[in-house]
Amino acid sequence: MADQVLDAKGLNCPLPILKAKKALKSMDGGQTLEILSTDPGSVADFAAFCRTTGNKLVEQSDTDGVWTYLIRKAG
Amino acid sequence: MSNGAEMSSPDTNTMSIIVTKGSLDWAYPPFILGTTAAAMGLEVTMFFTFYGLNLLMKDLKLQVSSLGNPAMKMPMMGMHMGMPNIVSAIPGVDAGATAMMKNLMKKKGIASVQDLRELAVEADVRMIACQMTMDMFEYGKEDMIEPLEIGGAATYIEVATQSHINLFI
Repeated sequence: MADQVLDAKGLNCPLPILKAKKALKSMDGGQTLEILSTDPGSVADFAAFCRTTGNKLVEQSDTDGVWTYLIRKAG
Repeated sequence: MSNGAEMSSPDTNTMSIIVTKGSLDWAYPPFILGTTAAAMGLEVTMFFTFYGLNLLMKDLKLQVSSLGNPAMKMPMMGMHMGMPNIVSAIPGVDAGATAMMKNLMKKKGIASVQDLRELAVEADVRMIACQMTMDMFEYGKEDMIEPLEIGGAATYIEVATQSHINLFI
């Protein structure tokens, strides 16, 4: 179970990334954040976000137009 | 599925954006790029000049016009429709086009320029207003958001020489 869940459904670029960043800021290294998004652009965006920030994209899945990302904060 | 590509500790990248336009549509590229870059760990500076100064106003009243904008085709009734210039020139049509665009943005869950600007400030994006054009248009710092630096071309050039990415929007 993720330490925190962020519901970003219905939000478009760049809000899913910005909100994820905000949520991760208040978390400790090693904790996990689950993000739900309906933005198809978020697939490439979250991969790029994790590569650039060093946070780890642990898991990614999608069902019925909702993408779920599990990110572990670096550190 | 997991993403194997992972960077251990990236060096801080820097980015500067010169913002020269102040209409509703053109407000988006600089703020989206600026906030996203900041979210991805870059140090961002935004330099506002000419009509970009419009985006720094405390009271944001951004408009969009279809006049002379042949690429603007709004999704309407299942098609993309443009408007002839002669219609766009009629008083009140700009306000209508602006309302239409704002509605479209709300419907699609797109952040407002207000929100993006607030996020930029929160993310410590360095905002600089161009001294020369502020004087030219007789804009006062008191009408603009804070924190705000005032600077000239040399200020921007210095930032640009130290930036990995420099954009002119």
